[in-house]
Amino acid sequence: MSGIAAVFKRELASYFTTPVAYVFIAIFLIVANAFTFYLGGFYERNQADLASFFTFHPWLFLFLVPALSMRLWAEERKSGSIELLMTLPIEPWKSVVGKFLAAWAFTAIAIGLTFPIWITVNYLGSPDNGAILAAYVGSILMAGGFLAIGSFISAMTKNQVIAFIVAVVVSLMLVLAGYPLVLDVFSAWAPDALVETIASLSFLTHFENIRKGVIDVRDLVYFALLIGLALYANTIVLELKKAD
Amino acid sequence: MTATIDVQSLTKEYGRLKAVDELSFQVRPGEVLGFLGPNGAGKTTTMRIIAGFLPPTSGSVRVCGFDVETQPIEAKRKIGYLPEGAPSYPEMTPREFLEFIADARGLPKGSRRARLEEVYALLHLEKVLDRAIETLSKGYKRRVGLAQAILHDPDVLLLDEPTDGLDPNQKHEVRQLIGGMAKSKTIVISTHLLEEVDAICTRAVVISGGKLLADDTPAGLAARSRYHNAVSLKLADASLVDTVRAEIGALPEVAETEIDGDTGRIIAFPANGKLPLVPIGRLADQKGWKLDELHLETGRLDEVFRTITGGASA
Repeated sequence: MSGIAAVFKRELASYFTTPVAYVFIAIFLIVANAFTFYLGGFYERNQADLASFFTFHPWLFLFLVPALSMRLWAEERKSGSIELLMTLPIEPWKSVVGKFLAAWAFTAIAIGLTFPIWITVNYLGSPDNGAILAAYVGSILMAGGFLAIGSFISAMTKNQVIAFIVAVVVSLMLVLAGYPLVLDVFSAWAPDALVETIASLSFLTHFENIRKGVIDVRDLVYFALLIGLALYANTIVLELKKAD
Repeated sequence: MTATIDVQSLTKEYGRLKAVDELSFQVRPGEVLGFLGPNGAGKTTTMRIIAGFLPPTSGSVRVCGFDVETQPIEAKRKIGYLPEGAPSYPEMTPREFLEFIADARGLPKGSRRARLEEVYALLHLEKVLDRAIETLSKGYKRRVGLAQAILHDPDVLLLDEPTDGLDPNQKHEVRQLIGGMAKSKTIVISTHLLEEVDAICTRAVVISGGKLLADDTPAGLAARSRYHNAVSLKLADASLVDTVRAEIGALPEVAETEIDGDTGRIIAFPANGKLPLVPIGRLADQKGWKLDELHLETGRLDEVFRTITGGASA
């Protein structure tokens, strides 16, 4: 475990020694709030809940999380520090997990910093705080899913721009997996079972449930599996092509 | 003593290119092995394989008995490695960076603080401890890399061009540092600086095209030079050069003579196994030549290097 802890600590600290953390948090908070009030009509809805806040999280994460994950491994490759990391007595999977957890913890901090909106809604009415907590958990889980995929893609290149774009596209596919845009590609030729499986992979469907305050084990398992698989793939890619 | 680094028929192929070709050698504790070769000879590739960064195509490497492919973590614990170019995390300070290495290497709690302080002092890092590594000079960056490599007091040190980018004083210090650690450790230094081999190595391995071309002590290598035991002399009166050269060339101990174009020195190469120094000195006495210089050549590593590696540039 000490390997994971060492990598985690270094990675998390590195966010705060560069402007990355502050820029990311500032933009995330501004955009999240702008969406909630303008697009989501927080006041107009006249409801004491945070639906108009959480609805936009998948779309926000779609662009912001790849911006965070793109550097995880691409930067190590670019600067050559990957040679240092891979020759320390730390198993590659521990480095993958350590880095992922650091990025995830950082995202959780950013999401946690939206607490003024929770205070606001409690000030204005009496919302179901259990449902809001569930939605926060769901949001953080979903961010973890985006991050794990982004981390895996970042391990394949030393170019951060490529890592960003590919991660956005792959994430978009997963977000929209339950929608005609993606399903139509398959429904013409694939058996129904496959189409349904693809539809069930959608981030949106799984997040929707949690967002409404319904914590279903299947949704939790979905995100846990997604993260686990992406990190597993990440480790394999890393071991296969450490040097190039 | 048994070898701490055991490289057996190591081969590394990139597509059709053989970067390392059936390379075998052993290194024992107390040895400082100079790993020599022209650029692109396979030095860095070999170092990377020993350090466990690259997998070999075939062959095996054992470090302190641990196979680097099947027991990578055990092997890596024994190794301190300075990669080529001394990469680190540029946004970190040397203090943060070395604390991270201490975490990653699992330095014992009790001695951790003291060891860090000791390494800061050994590499004179105190003044720059809290500045971002990216703002440091090349020399300091290299020293941070060295500090990282020696922090856990490893049995095996692999240093890829440890003095590259250092000024002469810093080079001297780093060499002294390496020399000081040499007694108890196994050290491999890759370099293209021949002076470095002379200064600190107890053994030199020359590779080119991924193949081992020579494995000898620095003195042994120098003895392969045609300059080995040659005598060079400089006359006070340059107009006598031709006469003197002819007379020296006639000595039975001298195989041939040469004039060094730049300095006007006469160089007398020994006939097979003979030592021409004493006869030449005696001759000079008899003839009353005034000599500015007269000395024995031990051999020139650069010339040996060029001969062995087929003229490829160092």
